[in-house]
Amino acid sequence: MPEILDQARTQVLGDGVGLDEAGVLAVLNLPDEHLPAALQLAHDVRMRWCGPEVEVEGIVSLKTGGCPEDCHFCSQSGLFTSPVRSVWLDIPSLVEAAKQTAKTGATEFCIVAAVRGPDDRLMKQMREGVAAIKAEVDIQVAASLGMLSQEQVDDLVDMGVHRYNHNLETCRSYFPNVVTTHSWEERWETLRMVRDSGMEVCCGGILGLGETVEQRAEFAAQLAELNPHEVPLNFLNPRPGTPLGDRPVVEGKDALRAIAAFRLAMPRTILRYAGGREITLGDLGTRDGLLGGINAVIVGNYLTTLGRPATADLDLLDELKMPVKALSATL
Amino acid sequence: MTTTELWCDRCGEPVPVGTAHPGCASARELEPPRYCHRCRRRMKVQVLPVGWSAVCVEHGEIRG
Repeated sequence: MPEILDQARTQVLGDGVGLDEAGVLAVLNLPDEHLPAALQLAHDVRMRWCGPEVEVEGIVSLKTGGCPEDCHFCSQSGLFTSPVRSVWLDIPSLVEAAKQTAKTGATEFCIVAAVRGPDDRLMKQMREGVAAIKAEVDIQVAASLGMLSQEQVDDLVDMGVHRYNHNLETCRSYFPNVVTTHSWEERWETLRMVRDSGMEVCCGGILGLGETVEQRAEFAAQLAELNPHEVPLNFLNPRPGTPLGDRPVVEGKDALRAIAAFRLAMPRTILRYAGGREITLGDLGTRDGLLGGINAVIVGNYLTTLGRPATADLDLLDELKMPVKALSATL
Repeated sequence: MTTTELWCDRCGEPVPVGTAHPGCASARELEPPRYCHRCRRRMKVQVLPVGWSAVCVEHGEIRG
């Protein structure tokens, strides 16, 4: 057994203290023959500190495309020659999307907009949309609207938005290679305001942007410092027309190593499968990740791409005897 | 563009009727269409948790 896994067994599984950056790097550098042991340990950590439940979420794009920012992975930037056109979702369709999501057993519904930060029109649409959902659908509402002012944070709390997603996307040292129109620190400031407001913080990122393994470890350590309630883990799905459109997808074993490493860095967080898992891991890898530290999934489609049918994930959870977290358990 | 060609609904390039670009066909399993296959216009596409809709201003809406 590699020394780092022995250390993690005592420190993370036994005491609930996550690995530091050096420890995460050691896990990320484990040879393939030790990957099953790392995944098993990460699974044990998840079961010990989080339990067997899996949190299920659906997401929808309220405002698609036309974003002024230049996040190099994103097909919704208006600065690239992506085929994605700008479109807004109306309130009845938003409520219908929430109903469809609730039917899967999901407890979370995240409303997302491709913006630098919300303007008055978007905040008005949010206020009306969240109220309409709460009137008709039994589901928790989360939001992801970019960078916020303090007033907007307060407004979202007032609307009843319980969790706010704002991904750091990658580590601080690599961020300028991925985004030039705003800084990592600006994102951190929004996260600080969200945390102080009492909303749950959801913050993760994308692996496979060109970062090194060392930078992947740096990212895990920075997320652990933030200590978010939830960490969505995406794997780059290269989008046509974006600066990262020709990048290779992350190797399946590297993705699984990252899942184990991030779990060992953050034993108590909700670690969620997000975009890109279908092309990076496929069906078999998806199962391996759920048995290697993942304890939440986005079911159904993503914002501009499609996912597996929700039933495929729910059937898998049933087979793995992992109960879907009930709404009452989230309140 | 000839009468025996249409447009690929993923990349917007010509494609012979009844065929598809192999790479685009594979990618389309996890993507909605982006271009109208009849006129090559970029469509307004809304992805929903279950399904999607795509609207061409000339040829109307399709759903999947």
